[in-house]
Amino acid sequence: MPTVKFTYALKRFFPGLKNTPVKGSTLAEVIDEMEALYPGVRSYVLDDQHSLRQHVNIFIDGAIIKDRRALSDPFAENSEVYIMQALSGG
Amino acid sequence: MNSTLLLGTRKGFIAYRWKNGRWQIENCSFEGVPVSIAYADPRNGTWWASLDHGHWGVKLHRSKDRGTSWEEVAAPAFPEGEEVKDGVPATTRYIWSMAHGGKNSFSKLWIGTDPGGMFVSEDGGSSFQLVESLWRHPTRKEGWFGGGRDLPGIHSIVVDTRNEDHIHIGISCAGVFETVDGGKTWEVRNKGLHADFLPNPDSEVGHDPHILVAAPTHPDILWQQNHCGIFRSTDGARNWQDVSQPEGPARFGFAIAVADDNPDQAWVVPANSDLNRTAIKGALCICRTDNGGKSWKELRKGLPQENCFDIVYRHALAASGDRMAFGTTTGNLFFSPDRGESWQTINNYLPMVHSVQFAD
Repeated sequence: MPTVKFTYALKRFFPGLKNTPVKGSTLAEVIDEMEALYPGVRSYVLDDQHSLRQHVNIFIDGAIIKDRRALSDPFAENSEVYIMQALSGG
Repeated sequence: MNSTLLLGTRKGFIAYRWKNGRWQIENCSFEGVPVSIAYADPRNGTWWASLDHGHWGVKLHRSKDRGTSWEEVAAPAFPEGEEVKDGVPATTRYIWSMAHGGKNSFSKLWIGTDPGGMFVSEDGGSSFQLVESLWRHPTRKEGWFGGGRDLPGIHSIVVDTRNEDHIHIGISCAGVFETVDGGKTWEVRNKGLHADFLPNPDSEVGHDPHILVAAPTHPDILWQQNHCGIFRSTDGARNWQDVSQPEGPARFGFAIAVADDNPDQAWVVPANSDLNRTAIKGALCICRTDNGGKSWKELRKGLPQENCFDIVYRHALAASGDRMAFGTTTGNLFFSPDRGESWQTINNYLPMVHSVQFAD
C-alpha cells in the first residue's frame, strides 16, 4: 500500500495527522481518503477548483509531481506520497 | 460599542479591552498567521477571523466566547468551473471585507473577496454561497482589474440600516455598485469619480475606491477614500463630489471613517502620492472635516512628527462615539479619546495592522 506522509506544518491544524497507508489509485482519491480521515484537510492542500495550492507541493518517491491541476501523476504499490509546503516569507 | 478593539494583523488576531483607564490585551489568537479582517458581529458578539495562510489558503474561524475557543467554518469557495477571466480558475485568494446582514436578517452575513466574488451566508456563517448576479455582471470579466491586489477585490460592503436589501459595495478596481433587491441585481454607481490612471478617467467602471463607508444615521451620505481623491455623495452614491484638498494633505490615502452621529464629520489618514505611499514629510497626521468635506483640519497632537514611514490600510481606522483608533503598516497603534484632537500610543511593536474595529 502507498503511504502518505505530511509536513509538520500541517500538524498545527490537524494534530492527529500521521503516516497513513492508502488504498486510492490516483492522487485525487488519496486526498479524498485523507479528507475522510482528517475532515477539512483537503481545503488546505487543494484550492476551490481542486488544483494543488500554489505553495503546496506533493512528492511521489522524492520527485515533485508534474500535474498540479488534475493530479494525474502515477505512483506504485509501495510509493511514498509526501505533502509539504514551499518555504517562504518572514 | 467601544470597550473592545479588534485587530487583524500580519501575525495574528489581537483583541484589546479598555480596563482601568487603559487598553490591555485580552486575547491573541492565530499567532504567526496573517489575519486579513478581524470582525465582531455587533448583533451577537461573535468574533470572526479571516485568515490568509500563505500556503494553505484562506480560512475562516469564529469564536462565541471572545477568542477563548475558535471554530473553523468552511471558507467561501467558488463553484467548480468558475473563472476570473478566461483561462484563470477562480479560487478565493483573500477575504477583504465582512458585514452582517442587518438586525432583521439575523443569520445573514456578507463577505467580499479577491478575486471579486461576493458571498452570502443565510445560516450565521456556517456556509457561504457565491452571489451569482454580481459575479455574472456584464462589466466584470472585461472591466474589473486588480488594484491593491493582483486581481479585483471587494473590500467594502455597506448595508443600509433602514433597508437591509439595499447595499453598496466597493471594488478595486471597478468602483461602487448598488443593489436595492438584496443582491439580485446591481447598478454601477461611479458618476462623478475620476480615475486619473485610466485612458478614460470618466469610464463607467475601473475606478479604485480604496474604501467606502456610510453615515449610520444618514445612509444616503456615503464617503470614499479613492485612489484619486476623497469623494462624498449625499444621494446614495448616484453622484459623487470630490472633497479633497487639491494640494493635500487630505487627498491620497487608504482609510476613511465617518462619525456615527454626524454625517458631515469624517477622518482620513493622508499619505504621500500613490507613487511613494509613505507618511507625508515623515510625519503622521489625521485630517478631519466637520462640514462635509468643505474644509479639513490637520490633527497631529501625540502622533510622530519625524522619521515616520507609517501609512494606514483601508480597514485600519475606526471611530466610535468620541473614540478613535488606527493601526499602521509598521505596527504602531494609536488611540484618541476626543475625535482625533489628541492621540495616545497603545503599542509600537505590533505586526503590520490590516484591520481595526471597535466592539462591545
